[in-house]
Amino acid sequence: MIECKNIAKIYKSGEIETHALKSASFKINHGEFVAIMGPSGSGKSTLMHIIGCLDTPTNGQYLFDNKDVSKLSDDELADIRMQKIGFVFQTFNLLPRTTVLRNVMLPLVYAGISKEERKNIAKEALRDSAFPENFWNHYSNQLSGGMAQRVAIARALVNNPTLVLADEPTGNLDTKTGEVVLDTFQRLHQEQGRTIVLITHEQYVAEHAERIIHIRDGNIVEDGKVKNRRVINNHNHNVK
Amino acid sequence: MKAQDIFQEIYTALSANKARSGLTVLGIVIGIGSVIAMVSIGQGASGQIQSSIESLGSNLLIVSPGFSQQGSGFVSQGRGSAQTLINDDVDTLRQVAGIAYISPERQGRYQIISPVGNNTNSTVIGVSPEYAEVRNVLVENGSFITESNMRSVGRVAVLGSTVATDLFGDQDPIGKTIRINKLNFKVVGALQSKGGTGFFNSDDTVFMPLITMQKILAGGDYLSSIAISVETKDLMPEVQQEATLVLADKHNVDPQSPDFSIVSQADIVGAATQVTDTFTILLAAIAGISLIVGGIGIMNMMLTTVTERTREIGLRKSIGAKKKDISIQFLAEAVTLTFLGGAMGIILGWIISILVTQFAGIATQISVQAIILAFGVSATIGIVFGYYPARRAASLNPIEALRYE
Repeated sequence: MIECKNIAKIYKSGEIETHALKSASFKINHGEFVAIMGPSGSGKSTLMHIIGCLDTPTNGQYLFDNKDVSKLSDDELADIRMQKIGFVFQTFNLLPRTTVLRNVMLPLVYAGISKEERKNIAKEALRDSAFPENFWNHYSNQLSGGMAQRVAIARALVNNPTLVLADEPTGNLDTKTGEVVLDTFQRLHQEQGRTIVLITHEQYVAEHAERIIHIRDGNIVEDGKVKNRRVINNHNHNVK
Repeated sequence: MKAQDIFQEIYTALSANKARSGLTVLGIVIGIGSVIAMVSIGQGASGQIQSSIESLGSNLLIVSPGFSQQGSGFVSQGRGSAQTLINDDVDTLRQVAGIAYISPERQGRYQIISPVGNNTNSTVIGVSPEYAEVRNVLVENGSFITESNMRSVGRVAVLGSTVATDLFGDQDPIGKTIRINKLNFKVVGALQSKGGTGFFNSDDTVFMPLITMQKILAGGDYLSSIAISVETKDLMPEVQQEATLVLADKHNVDPQSPDFSIVSQADIVGAATQVTDTFTILLAAIAGISLIVGGIGIMNMMLTTVTERTREIGLRKSIGAKKKDISIQFLAEAVTLTFLGGAMGIILGWIISILVTQFAGIATQISVQAIILAFGVSATIGIVFGYYPARRAASLNPIEALRYE
């Protein structure tokens, strides 16, 4: 479903060139739950930007749904993000002073979906991410971290994306709420067959995926199945 | 992004920072309000001056003795001391086609005493009956100077409303005798008030037959001025030219530099309008400065907003907002602020101009053009001063925007 062929990314600042990615090649199939793991400065963020169509590689080819997106314009990339990718960020990035429901509907606003339909889709996404119904009309800045991240997950699901891209989704959460979020991802993968890419620097978090791609100094150093996969599977969402 | 969604976004964004939005709008309110108020004062003044000049009489040409450069404006009637116009000139001017009425006038200033003992110093004008037609004079009581007064060199006087009040108070002056320069005159009429014209107050004037003025009071058959009423407005330039030729011929002088001058009312109105137009532009320009300051306030607020909401912009872009969506959102926000400010500014300007009329007694005139202009200007300010912040927001790199602290 997505395929990277010898992807390189060079940042230029004046005379100095930084090789954030040297030559990364891998393939992620439909329905996989993959963790991209590496220490800070390894190039995993750059890779995530390219996978998420927020940026284009300097060299190499990036195929998304068999389509080369490495040469697309800003607006064409925006279209792909709108239709095919759902983002979950470390810092949640919810709109403040805006209700949970409206936050989840936001991607549909840009997709030009009618108001009634938006509401129905958003409610379904909130149920999928196990967000309690009595908080739907709360303002996003009144929520705890675990709750906020589940709103963000609902927002990522709302446009029915081919790929859910989570960038350190547990980075701002304690272990317990982090587990709830990871459990939500596992369940979405298991029950709905979602393709999920999880970017993290923690071995513990990465072990919740099926497969780990290790990245270091801009190169992929290891790519393989998780041997002792952590499956939470308690589906207890009452933790706040 | 649909219009309805944009409005919702604007509402959320502006109501999140009520104080800041309010103060920014206030800048525009003051700007637009002062432009509207100042223009209304300027146009009111211009309207008032025009109507009072027109109340002097319609389609008026005034022949004055002595030389006056054309176009330099109004020549004070005080120049009537030159003695180049005489009674015969009136008959000469009657030959010119297109003249409706001719009013020869001889003016002077004398001490006037009423039988009650009241004393006033006022302008006395010797006139023919046609004066009433030419100068739009309306009689309140009694009659104006008549042909028989002229023939009999009658010692009669008609009082302007100010003089009548000064001399007789509330009493009816008709039939009473007043003394002008120690000579007795019988009051035969009193005039309605016309109001001052800025140059000359026709209410503070006493009228008597021209012949009486020339023979008894002032001496000599000179005229201070000849007022000509032209049949139609279109004929005025022709009549002015023809009268100059005829009169120069009679006086045996070169028509290029005659020993008299003819000023048309249009020239006076034109000169006065020019003055009030300049005045209006000046006032509007001063008010316009505050409008620009208001616009800069909008730009300042929008730039602050864009910086504050950098992460939000990054998020919007990451979930699929295009450059156009972002720039429209911020531009619409700026335009909404100026529109709110513009609408309130028009109301404020209107209230100010009403208050100015009420308390300062200055005539004001709110014109539709001024309102349309103000609205257009405020919308333009929104677009101009909102464009740069909006473009800056739209061109943010989503990755950097998301990382922004």
